[in-house]
Amino acid sequence: MKNKGLNKVDLIFEKINAEEVLKKAWEMSNQSIIQQILDSGLKGRGGAGFPTGLKWKYTAAIDEPEKYVVCNADEGEPGTFKDREILDKVVYKVYGGMAIAGKAIGAKKGIVYLRGEYRFLLSQLYKELEAFHKMIKEIGYDFEISYRLGSGAYICGEESALFESIEGRRGEPRNKPPYPTTSGVFEKPTSINNVETLVTAMMIITHGPESYSQLGTKDSRGSKVFSVSGDTPIPGIFELELGMTVQEFVNEFGDGDTKAVQVGGASGFCVPRKKFQDTIIGFEGVPTGGSMKLFNSSRSMYNVLHNYLDFFAEESCGQCTPCRVGCQQLLRGVEKVKKGEIHSNYLNELLKLADTMKVASKCGLGQSVGNAFRTIVENFREEIIY
Amino acid sequence: MINLTINNQKISVEPGTTVLDAAKKLNIHIPTLCNHPDLCVAGNCRVCVVEQTGARTLVAACAMPVAEGMDIHTNTLKVRNARKHIVELLLSEHRSDCTKCYKNQKCELQALANEFAFGDTVFIDLVKDRHYEIDRSSPAFIKDDSKCIRCQRCVRTCSQLQHISAIAVANKGLHQKISSFHDRPMSHVVCTNCGQCVNRCPTGALVEKTYIDQVWDAIYDEDKHVVVQTAPAVRVALGEDLGFDPGEIVTGKMVTALRYLGFDSVLDTDFSADLTIMEEGTELLSRLKKVLVDGDEKTKIPMFTSCSPGWIKFIEHKYPELLPNLSTCKSPQQMFGALAKTYYAAKKNIDPSKIVSVSIMPCTAKKYEADRPEMRASGYKDIDYVLTTRELAVMIKQAGIDFRNLKPTHYDSVMGESTGAGVIFGATGGVMEAALRTAYEIVTGREVPFTNLNITPVRGMEGVKEASIKIENCLEDWKFLEGAVLNVAIAHGLTNANKIVKLVSQGKTNYHFIEIMACPGGCIGGGGQPIPTSMEIRQNRIDAIYAEDENMPIRKSHENPEIIAIYEEFLDKPNSHKSHELLHTHYTERENY
Repeated sequence: MKNKGLNKVDLIFEKINAEEVLKKAWEMSNQSIIQQILDSGLKGRGGAGFPTGLKWKYTAAIDEPEKYVVCNADEGEPGTFKDREILDKVVYKVYGGMAIAGKAIGAKKGIVYLRGEYRFLLSQLYKELEAFHKMIKEIGYDFEISYRLGSGAYICGEESALFESIEGRRGEPRNKPPYPTTSGVFEKPTSINNVETLVTAMMIITHGPESYSQLGTKDSRGSKVFSVSGDTPIPGIFELELGMTVQEFVNEFGDGDTKAVQVGGASGFCVPRKKFQDTIIGFEGVPTGGSMKLFNSSRSMYNVLHNYLDFFAEESCGQCTPCRVGCQQLLRGVEKVKKGEIHSNYLNELLKLADTMKVASKCGLGQSVGNAFRTIVENFREEIIY
Repeated sequence: MINLTINNQKISVEPGTTVLDAAKKLNIHIPTLCNHPDLCVAGNCRVCVVEQTGARTLVAACAMPVAEGMDIHTNTLKVRNARKHIVELLLSEHRSDCTKCYKNQKCELQALANEFAFGDTVFIDLVKDRHYEIDRSSPAFIKDDSKCIRCQRCVRTCSQLQHISAIAVANKGLHQKISSFHDRPMSHVVCTNCGQCVNRCPTGALVEKTYIDQVWDAIYDEDKHVVVQTAPAVRVALGEDLGFDPGEIVTGKMVTALRYLGFDSVLDTDFSADLTIMEEGTELLSRLKKVLVDGDEKTKIPMFTSCSPGWIKFIEHKYPELLPNLSTCKSPQQMFGALAKTYYAAKKNIDPSKIVSVSIMPCTAKKYEADRPEMRASGYKDIDYVLTTRELAVMIKQAGIDFRNLKPTHYDSVMGESTGAGVIFGATGGVMEAALRTAYEIVTGREVPFTNLNITPVRGMEGVKEASIKIENCLEDWKFLEGAVLNVAIAHGLTNANKIVKLVSQGKTNYHFIEIMACPGGCIGGGGQPIPTSMEIRQNRIDAIYAEDENMPIRKSHENPEIIAIYEEFLDKPNSHKSHELLHTHYTERENY
């Protein structure tokens, strides 16, 4: 497949007249709003990549007077900081996306679940919310947004744990099914979308699905905001068309000595230099919720892995066995291998354990711990052992 | 109906059925651990994972509802590998000192490990390097986190069945644990010592605090006279720990076994249950008189029963404003104890300081109750040691007694005679039924108007039961009750109790008398009863209780000859001064943490 190269895009932060777009959406039928989102090929921007149009369609299909739009602003993936910027710069488009989603699915209530560490943004966000409420009311929308704040647990970014947290309970993932589209927050049909997804949805309504779906590849339509960090001379937030290779990305952001890129944060994949050329950033290659962390040759990949495992051992909710105990075993296991207290073949046992965690954990957290573990251990085995 | 395939076998089941239950119908065994028939689904241990064709991951059979066309495989290599890993992971965070563990051979994790026949496990022992404080603060049970596998059965029991949440999940990740409010010791939180968590803990993380050795020491102490009493619910459950099916009555064998163990006198809590009926029934009638005739505002109705020490602690923590509504009667265990060191001692001419009073109870809260400071009105501790049904089974095994082939014998006297009314104390509604059999007859001079004395409206497993009895043609002393309708209610399990008590506290009921038992099913479902427990097992025990009642020659407490005798010889009459001194108590408001 011919890749698209690295192209900068200005969509998420593009200044628009929100009132006009919301009026336009107000005139559209709910079905055609959903159809436009489906046509655009937009997939969830939080990382999991569920088609947004389908999510809205399923939620809309349920006959229930009380439904919710929840904006997942619990941006917690290590190395991701794009939602903070979006909230800071264009929160009116987040609100707009929520109102459009609310209209499309038949929800009158929206909840933004904001990462606790972003509390400093709140007074500004409230100010803009007040103006927004006034504006949509005049157009005719019956939709109201409120805020809930997280308290620092990574797991609360998982949608069902987030609902539990909103409802005032301990943030622990629920058994699925039922899925949020039938039973979400307060056990009501809920469309839960990432901050960037909601903004993108509004931009699709603004410009139409055709221009959006022309961007990107067949499996990864459109553009995406990336949080670039690590060993790079230009860390920051960049909106790029999907479909570039890691090599093209590194050519732009690397420091000339990049040996690996961690795509998708702690729960994502480590791409080593030898695979830069063949790896596409997107759902056909390595998906990402935005986190792009570059490592140069001064970095120990053992330290990188240890850091991630330490993080997961702390941030697992602790509910299910594979994740709670598995994370600790992976962490203690690599420590012992590194110290020479256990034979390096033990890494093979740990890789099998990572596979079990992938298929047997209750939620996406435990299921994705193996991503970084496998890609780092397989590609940098000597750095783990010696 | 939903059609699906499990291991290539077709089956149709009701919508909402889980894969686990559908598999059970096909006699396909899927191992489980966090799952419990009494509790809501958790889906957290993941031991029951199975493969669903087309699914990205394995699915937890206990939490996955069936769907049309589903194709499930329970024993693929992928499933086996994952399950083996999961059990190994659980073992790695569990202190596996099995041979020294109180739950050895009765541990569900051990049984699972057996299924997988591990030679050695690959994973690192996570328990070894971590410090665990064993919580022995409760007189009823021990909490050892080093054996906890975080299945959260105890947490679900405490919140779902008992509406207490004395224990809950704290922290996350590797620090996650089951803990109390601010990590307080269990003796200093709202815990009622009901032991329902102990009954459902799959490992040795929660076990009763055992007093077996102390009891052996007393038995072998030549200087001591050791009396033992057995609660009504023990005789229909003890067999389960000794190779009998749930619901088999082993009363006579148990009495013989207790003699073989070396107890000097084997007596029956049923006797003091009958005594409780006399005291509590009289208290109820006098409360009704004070309220209805005298207009006394200090006297409160409805009156709550006070036999269940778990319930007592619940109301002390949660509804202290309703303590005046509690009957002042001690529980049958404590009445027995107070009399053992007074009446019994005098009758047998034994120095009460030489008497050791042991009780065999279906209950862990009784251990706490025995330790309450107000339970020593005779000048001695009413009850010295409380053993659970399970502990008695252990002693019988320790002594090498061939329980199955024992010849049944009868209780000793005095305080060994009982009635059917005393027996049914063990089942939810039993105290109410026994009280009505006696109170109705005191007031009207006639038997309760139910066929064969079976007051069926107060029986059964429904969480909250209600009944009303019209009182007509009263005897001269009770004319003030003529035509009155006595409204009663019964609840078992503290979640059900809370429903009623909340209404009472809001003044929204017109009950006169309410029976509450802390445990599901009443004492037969107590925290000291054989493990496992389920609705079916509890029903079997209840059926046995009522069968035992029907077989008794005397079925009304006030006709128990030993009860008649004790009032003639010692107590004078129900609620007499002496009764109040020995058989009644008071309660304490407690903080709600």
